[in-house]
Amino acid sequence: MVGEHLLEVKNLKTTFLTEMGSVVAVDGMSLHVDYGETLGLVGESGCGKSVTAESIMRLLDERTTKYEGEILFKGQDLLSLPEKKMVDIRGNEIAMIFQDAMTSLNPVYTIGNQIVETILTHQKVSKKEAYEKAIEMLRLTGIPSPEKRILEYPHEISGGMRQRVMIAMALSCKPSLLIADEPTTALDVTIQAQILDVINELKKELNMGVIMITHDLGVVAEVCTRVAVMYLGQVIEEAPVDNIFTNSLHPYTKGLLKSIPKIEGDRNKKLYTIEGIVPSLHNIPKGCRFAPRCSFADEQCRTQSPVLKETDGGHKVRCWHYEKIGQMEEKIDVTATS
Amino acid sequence: MEMKPSIQMEPKIDYDNFTSIRNQLKKEQRSLFIKRFLSNRSVVIGGSILLVLIIFAIVGPMVSKYTPLEIDPVNRLQGPSAEHWFGTDNFGRDLFSRVAHGAQVSLGVGLSVAFLTAVIGLFVGLYAAYYSILDHIFMRICDALMAFPDILLAVAIMAVLGPRPVNVIIAVTIVKIPVVARIVRSSALVVKEQTYVEAMKTLGASSWRIIWFHTVPNALSPMIVQVTYIFAIAIILEASLSFLGVGIPAPNPSWGNILYDGKTVIYSAWWMTVFPGLFIILAVLGLNIFGDGLRDLLDPKSHKAINKQ
Amino acid sequence: MSQQQAEKEARKQSAPILQVKNLKKYYPITSPFGKTKDFVKAVEQVTFDLTEKETIGLVGESGCGKSTTGRTILRLTEPTEGAAIYKGRDLFTLKPKEMKKVRKEIQMVFQDPHSSLNPKKRIGEIIEESMKIHRIGNKAERIEKAMYLLRRTGIREDQYYKFPHEFSGGQRQRIGIARALAVNPSVFILDEPVSALDVSIQSQVINLLEELQDEFKLAYLFISHDLSVVRHISDQIGVMYLGHLVEKASTDELFENPLHPYTKALLSSIPIPDTRVRRERIILKGDVPSPINPPSGCVFHTRCPFVIEKCKKEKPIYKESTNGHLVACHLY
Repeated sequence: MVGEHLLEVKNLKTTFLTEMGSVVAVDGMSLHVDYGETLGLVGESGCGKSVTAESIMRLLDERTTKYEGEILFKGQDLLSLPEKKMVDIRGNEIAMIFQDAMTSLNPVYTIGNQIVETILTHQKVSKKEAYEKAIEMLRLTGIPSPEKRILEYPHEISGGMRQRVMIAMALSCKPSLLIADEPTTALDVTIQAQILDVINELKKELNMGVIMITHDLGVVAEVCTRVAVMYLGQVIEEAPVDNIFTNSLHPYTKGLLKSIPKIEGDRNKKLYTIEGIVPSLHNIPKGCRFAPRCSFADEQCRTQSPVLKETDGGHKVRCWHYEKIGQMEEKIDVTATS
Repeated sequence: MEMKPSIQMEPKIDYDNFTSIRNQLKKEQRSLFIKRFLSNRSVVIGGSILLVLIIFAIVGPMVSKYTPLEIDPVNRLQGPSAEHWFGTDNFGRDLFSRVAHGAQVSLGVGLSVAFLTAVIGLFVGLYAAYYSILDHIFMRICDALMAFPDILLAVAIMAVLGPRPVNVIIAVTIVKIPVVARIVRSSALVVKEQTYVEAMKTLGASSWRIIWFHTVPNALSPMIVQVTYIFAIAIILEASLSFLGVGIPAPNPSWGNILYDGKTVIYSAWWMTVFPGLFIILAVLGLNIFGDGLRDLLDPKSHKAINKQ
Repeated sequence: MSQQQAEKEARKQSAPILQVKNLKKYYPITSPFGKTKDFVKAVEQVTFDLTEKETIGLVGESGCGKSTTGRTILRLTEPTEGAAIYKGRDLFTLKPKEMKKVRKEIQMVFQDPHSSLNPKKRIGEIIEESMKIHRIGNKAERIEKAMYLLRRTGIREDQYYKFPHEFSGGQRQRIGIARALAVNPSVFILDEPVSALDVSIQSQVINLLEELQDEFKLAYLFISHDLSVVRHISDQIGVMYLGHLVEKASTDELFENPLHPYTKALLSSIPIPDTRVRRERIILKGDVPSPINPPSGCVFHTRCPFVIEKCKKEKPIYKESTNGHLVACHLY
């Protein structure tokens, strides 16, 4: 890790000011993304993964949102930039694609119009050049006969195609960071495979950094190089992707992995479950936030909050007992098989 | 709201304890509703104005020394004084007494219209939403009714029925039913597509049960808000009809009637137009503010936010 | 293990509780003047049997007709053709009164836990009402049973008088299940019951469904787009594409030996949550064609990597490979 990262988030804390008092949606978030790598941001609904992305883009309503910490993008702090400068960065340097491609496209303009508008906002090119660029981008995302497609309206094309158009639009200014917020959740598996391929190809081609926000650990395994697992507004584990799947340390990550039904192996076994439900952000548990649902929690977990600790090779975990738990689980497995 | 998926089986259920829990919960929910009701500024202000008017309509005629029809030609067109608080009209009748009695008539007409349009509109809207044949019939009738300007249609109906107080209620109700019916129909159509209605079908519920037990409670809020506005509009319509001479027949007082009488002497006796006019404004304003407040109160989005506490 | 298999064998021999035969559902598209212009061919000639206490999974992508199949069996939409024989009687020919009695025995669990419960009713009343419709027990018995079912599905009974919005998605799905259980059904049609839930909640609900199946002796028709979930819960799986059932087999058979190219592509495109597993992926080109004008011959031929001339002209018929493994493909 030489020099600076493409994006470095340091101790980000995003607070929503509501009628019922303030809610901390993201608490002490630190992460970084380099050129050409895909960081997976994983967690269940309400864990703050989307809020993190929106904080980086500063998309949240700033009258009711308070940011603390630093978001360094190419060395400059986005949080201290004036809104005017931020407009130049959004869409030009950092682009974002969303889950719902239908509502993210304006139904009254053609696809071409919308991509061209994005290009013209950020780049000094003629309209003709912009149209050529738009066609080029659509071709890159694998849309057949893009010259015809740019004249069509969003409702005339399928969901998979719309997501490709969104990607083409997001990447039309060749950004150096792409934030993809559940880009394939609304799509079918065969289309999902196509879209993930497109994102991966373009990442290599443009040498972008990508933040892939998803709840699907399968998608993570397919496309990510590094993963941060979030729970209730905090990163609880961060590691290279192989480590997450072979040697996860946090009981929450372990539990998630075990509770997914697999397409291989014994299917008659009962699924592992993480007990209980995710607490509300209005009611954050004391100590370790996962303690009430953790089967290994003890007095220390319930009273003192653990910090995100680096173990080795970039593997970080927020747990008091991660060393012990590994050994304990091995023992349980041994006794279960014998 | 913590919950454990693993359950210990206990065959007996503590019934007494359960009833107390239920009562406790219902009480909490009721007090929460009252709290929300009172914390809504529009509802409180609009409601207070209405309350004052209602009290005025009830108490006014009692405290007045004169009856509204008592003619006293000697003291005609006198300004407000200690004797005649709002002055007298061109027949020497006490204006305070007439305005107070008029309040009864105007509010009564408004309330009756609101009630009748609500009931009939609810019926029409619900059945139109659920049965397509009825939908065609009802909605074409509504279209035809809505094609006329309100006042024109009301005048035409009055012309056919004749100038009697009951007929004013009937005319204004007919004019306003399509509005309620359409609102109920559109919200019922939304509810109809909800999965819980489908779930009731799979459970074998009759259409009657689905319409009255499951659709009505969910389609009611927008209707209630609309009906408060109709209450206000009915007061204006009644006043307009009376002002045009086809409403509440003279010599019975209504706010519109009094305005009509005052029209000819507007330059010499300001009090004859100002007082009834003031009350019409007050009533309509109060109802509209109240309706706006209700709309916020019944909106499920604001509902959720407060319940999160 | 061997005992389990023996049990499964025994199950297979018992008569099917629900037989769906040649089910067809066309939605008419009407012009503004009420003339029927065309049809959306949502379900085409679907046939399968559901045995007691067994689970059959229906998988496929959105718009493949799997949900319509489930809804048509319950006559939430009227079928165009075909039969659904439940305990010897064809559901599609029953009069409304008889159908009401059958509805008690075939229950449905829906995908969206947020819209499947009436927001103005307390959850206890929601469960109680389903018993009231079928006149089961008196008030006290109904409350007692509703409380039992709530507890059985994992909701504390002191939450009986709370409203649906006070619960999380997973809890509401449990309430929906309790409501369906209240009328003593023998068949559950589950339409994407866990798709809207978070991973950690999903496994809780799947386990609950498995427990309830044993306890209440239920047969499940499990409709889902998620192959891993379907694999976990189903005994048999039917794969649907554009309204057609293209392949049907026992779960293990289907995953070990998929025969239809669509099934193969589907299996290969599931992202596996493990970086150690790397597979050859078959990435299908293009999108699913419109069900208004499905392709001629085999409906899959426009996207099939192994398409031959015959596929474009002739509709494939079902061929049986081994013990009940059916496939509709010319290449097999």
